[in-house]
Amino acid sequence: MLFFSYFKELVGKEVTVELKNDLAITGVLHSVDQYLNIKLENIKVVDEIKYPHMMSVKNCFIRGSVVRYVQLPVDGVDVEILHDATRREARGN
Amino acid sequence: LLAELISVITNDGRNIVGMLKGYDQATNLIIDESHERVYSTTTGVEQHVLGLYIIRGDNIAVVGELDDEMESTLDLTAIKAHPLKPIQHGA
Repeated sequence: MLFFSYFKELVGKEVTVELKNDLAITGVLHSVDQYLNIKLENIKVVDEIKYPHMMSVKNCFIRGSVVRYVQLPVDGVDVEILHDATRREARGN
Repeated sequence: LLAELISVITNDGRNIVGMLKGYDQATNLIIDESHERVYSTTTGVEQHVLGLYIIRGDNIAVVGELDDEMESTLDLTAIKAHPLKPIQHGA
């Protein structure tokens, strides 16, 4: 549940989602759910020429199970808070 | 997104376009008037008409909302690209 809460804090920020099939999509985080499925708005495919498959798509839903990485804005992470939350989770609250 | 034109990318790298009729929590989808767009590096895009389809959520990677305006400006016969890679879990 930790990362679900963490992503909820990032709604409205621009992120780049790299999928397990190597496709990378940049967009504004619109929403996230308990499965860490991600909805992005105003997307731009990273290597557009290689991947024209999403040319006429503005908003998309990405299934959590196919995400390899989510690239975050540099100032999107409050390391202290994240560390504390992680320690709490690890300890079993 | 119901009754909207959508573009689905499946785990095996296929691109299916159609009208979303229904879905559930597991992301299973019901798509009407569906057609598969096959990309190749040699020919333009091929379209295979499929009709009414159910795609199981397990097999879905991305669901995109197609923008009608942008779609009408697309010339599919001029687009050449490598087919999408399949999803590889644990990689």
